[in-house]
Amino acid sequence: MTSSYTQEKNDLPPSNGLAIINSKAPFSSNHGKDALDVALIFGSFEQKVSLFFQGDGVYQLIADQDARLVSIKDYLKTFSAFEFYDIEDIYVCQQSLVNRQLEEKFHIGDVQVLSSIEFGLALNRHQHVLRF
Amino acid sequence: MAVTLNFEGNIISTDKQGYLLDHLLWKKELALVMAKHDEFELTDAHWEVIDFVRQFYLTYNTSPAIRALTKAMKSEFGEDKASSRYLYKLFPEGPAKQATKYAGLPKPARCI
Repeated sequence: MTSSYTQEKNDLPPSNGLAIINSKAPFSSNHGKDALDVALIFGSFEQKVSLFFQGDGVYQLIADQDARLVSIKDYLKTFSAFEFYDIEDIYVCQQSLVNRQLEEKFHIGDVQVLSSIEFGLALNRHQHVLRF
Repeated sequence: MAVTLNFEGNIISTDKQGYLLDHLLWKKELALVMAKHDEFELTDAHWEVIDFVRQFYLTYNTSPAIRALTKAMKSEFGEDKASSRYLYKLFPEGPAKQATKYAGLPKPARCI
């Protein structure tokens, strides 16, 4: 396996722990909410967790959505509480935004927009990956 | 068996452990009734936490578990009141669990 060597050359800070990939739009299914619950549980037990958003998952980060219009509890509001769970590494796939003609206008701060290659490298630095 | 609360002539539904099913029905006076039911006395120190937890829920749409609660309280009340030791003294059965109850919120899924 040579991949671990290429990772070392990466400029991004070293990371490990759990990566959670969000690949579904927010309110059409429970995937996003389930992913959030897992992230908060890990955060509550001081386990390192990074969040990745790609595909339709990027819609979870887009600002000015109102879940009440579809009578759903707005779990996206909870994203603003990430700092209290030590969730600081939040990555979004630039290509997924471009494909959907979405601006980089998010409802939380500190989101890192990464190219497909960077996104893959960042993901690669994690020991475990869960996909929702 | 669900706990039945009679409050101001209405019956307030709760779950088995006495958590309100609809947090919008909450009032301070109702919290006093809930606490009395549990034979639990609420002091000003308790109220500080209860109000904080309720505000947290209204802002973030989630009840904070203990670690998130202490972290969030630290920025508002300082180090002394944001220790789990202090909070467990106030709420021996678990601060997040008990404070959310009297704040009329759902029990935190990620409990301790």
